[in-house]
Amino acid sequence: MKKRLIAGLLAAASLTALFAGCNGSSEGAAGGSGDTAAEGKVINIYSWNDEFRTRLEDVYPEVESTSDDGTVTYLKDGTEIHWVINPNQDGVYQQKLDEALRNQASASADDKIDIFLSETDYVYKYTDAEADVAMPLTDLGIDPDTDLADQYPFTKTTASDQNGVQRGATWQCCPGLLVYRRDIAKDVFGTDDPTAVGEKVKDWDTLKQTAEELKAKGYFTFASYADTFRLYGNNISQPWVADGETTVKVDPLIMDWIESSKEWLDAGYLDKTVKGQFNDDWNKAMGSNSKVFAFLLPPWGIDFTLAPNWDGEDGAWAVTNPPMTYNWGGSYIHACVGTDNPQHVKDIILSLTADQDNLIKISKDYQDFTNTVSGMEEAAGDDSFASSFLGGQNAYAYYAPVAEDIQIAPLSAYDQGCVELIQNSFSDYFQGNVDFDRAKENFETAIKERYPEITDVQWPE
Amino acid sequence: MRQKSKHIRYAKWGYLFILPFFVAFFIFSFIPLVDTVRYSFFEYYQSGIKEIGPNFVGMANYQSLLDSDMLKYAGNTLILWLIGFIPQILIALLLANWFTDIQMKIRGKQFFKVVIYLPNLIMASAFAMLFFALFSTNGPMNSILESLGLTSEPIDFMGTTFGTRALIGLMNFLMWFGNTTIMLQAAIMGISPDIFEAAELDGCGSVRRFFSITLPLIRPILTYTLITSIIGGLQMFDVPQILTNGQGNPDRTSMTLIMFLNSHLQSRNYGMAGALSVYLFIVSGILCFLVYRITNGQRDTGVKTERKHRKGGAKA
Repeated sequence: MKKRLIAGLLAAASLTALFAGCNGSSEGAAGGSGDTAAEGKVINIYSWNDEFRTRLEDVYPEVESTSDDGTVTYLKDGTEIHWVINPNQDGVYQQKLDEALRNQASASADDKIDIFLSETDYVYKYTDAEADVAMPLTDLGIDPDTDLADQYPFTKTTASDQNGVQRGATWQCCPGLLVYRRDIAKDVFGTDDPTAVGEKVKDWDTLKQTAEELKAKGYFTFASYADTFRLYGNNISQPWVADGETTVKVDPLIMDWIESSKEWLDAGYLDKTVKGQFNDDWNKAMGSNSKVFAFLLPPWGIDFTLAPNWDGEDGAWAVTNPPMTYNWGGSYIHACVGTDNPQHVKDIILSLTADQDNLIKISKDYQDFTNTVSGMEEAAGDDSFASSFLGGQNAYAYYAPVAEDIQIAPLSAYDQGCVELIQNSFSDYFQGNVDFDRAKENFETAIKERYPEITDVQWPE
Repeated sequence: MRQKSKHIRYAKWGYLFILPFFVAFFIFSFIPLVDTVRYSFFEYYQSGIKEIGPNFVGMANYQSLLDSDMLKYAGNTLILWLIGFIPQILIALLLANWFTDIQMKIRGKQFFKVVIYLPNLIMASAFAMLFFALFSTNGPMNSILESLGLTSEPIDFMGTTFGTRALIGLMNFLMWFGNTTIMLQAAIMGISPDIFEAAELDGCGSVRRFFSITLPLIRPILTYTLITSIIGGLQMFDVPQILTNGQGNPDRTSMTLIMFLNSHLQSRNYGMAGALSVYLFIVSGILCFLVYRITNGQRDTGVKTERKHRKGGAKA
């Protein structure tokens, strides 16, 4: 009797699973025909911090509430968003994501990844057409040409695969600026006016003279040699590794960075005690006791890094133009192939990256520079976008021209490793622990360890 | 016939009770072990999210490891281990001897035992993070030194090979000397008090007593400590990994073998990692054999030593 009961239950369970599977796939094939009843009950989102969650809670109209620990967000129709957060550092996030992606086909409907995020540094790995893990937006029913027409073109290029098919979208652009301390500017230049300071930092040569002035008064221009990396590194003209090749080609601009970093560090324009970024020393350099004049940061850097580390009054910092236009970062939202919630996913992507009202709201609430060309142009002239942290300065007036100028560097699947390892390998050189050739060798060793398929490294003449 | 088998039945229960261990060992240790060896002959890694291999490549992984800086990292590991182990064993011997010395009448032995063991309770990675913060260039250690007037410029502890290695050694020493002390103490207490009394009556001093009685009699436990420490040392990973951010800075001088292994695993390079593991396996095997031979090579005569030896052996 008992046995029969169990067998019956099992059969029933497997049948339901079968039907559930059917529903999911037919829904997927239909490309989101609008019937949410057939959607899965759980949306799994992979990310590396709560940045996306806060934006989603802020503007996605379907959000009901989020659990106190931030792991589950409940939507009005009863669907749950499960947040799977793993830190970016040491590639942990990608390891966990890759693991889940490999199991995507065999995972049960509620365990499948529905949305995952990627950063510019490794977006190419996931948008790769051959890997086919990020769904083309057209498969979701989003037409990039009309639905996303107001987005900055470079963000669309970044999220596209080698055939030009867009496989993700972002709500933010990350034009970088120079953020400086007003009190130091007053002390050294006699003025803290952003235009006047902007003139003093407009290009590398001018900035070097300014650095000398700052040094004479006992200030450092930037905290670390890593601070200037993105200006060079994100403006390279050839990809680190060309498609189908196994040779890392180091761009001449990177060599410029190495040369100037060594020079600046030895000259005392940079703080010797700060090694790299996102560590304790770097965070302290953003505090009121620090002697560091400026940082080179995109909007998220100011909101996410500078503001929390600043321990003084609001209004102590101001932004101005950087010595070189650059873009740093950007979180891309991808629909994962195999999702059982295509309708929700489409909704979320459109709501967060294409709805101008939402984007403007994100800009107001989080000072993100959002992905709407017309909206940002408006914001640049609208004083209601002034930031209280920047003492009422409207940073958008500076971001907007940079954003329009950005030429996104050609991407490769190896960007993250190259960017990380070249900085690591040469930090020994900057600090005088090894000579130039040894640092080159160390980079070659490290990059081949990280990517076994890399066969050699080509340095510019 | 039945009568006789009754005897065997007890043994059957014995085997049954140890079965879970062997099953668990077989599934979770033995199969992965065999797999590791198998994959070491394959080219098998991940490029982006694409899997490459497994393709059989024979000994290529072993060869390319020999061509790499593996031996340098082995040297690093050995140095880092020695920096931690030498002070550890010396201090532990001294403390164990003091704590067990009846004449010294140290009070609060229990309290000290707990205190010296405490660092071992902290997770190694947490301990390393703590040291990283303490000894960073703008950290509290530099503030203290500066306010005491011992240095005018902040010292860049982790910017020099010596500094980094010394810090790693110090941490390993702090974490393990308590453990070793307690183990050695147990060994010394296992020595019959009669011997010490007899030595005392013959006018034996404490130094002589230590070298002629204590040390020879705790040799089995010393062997055990040495072997476990070598194996632990070969596997040194979390402390240097966290302290140097996985880079083994400066100039890869504090990169240990397991950190090297770990950097292969970032690309899921099972082939190369497997080959490295096999090397490590062979080296640990040889080291264990050597140490065991050396410390048990010439056995003292005397029933006590033999008995003690067997005890120690069983424990290990």
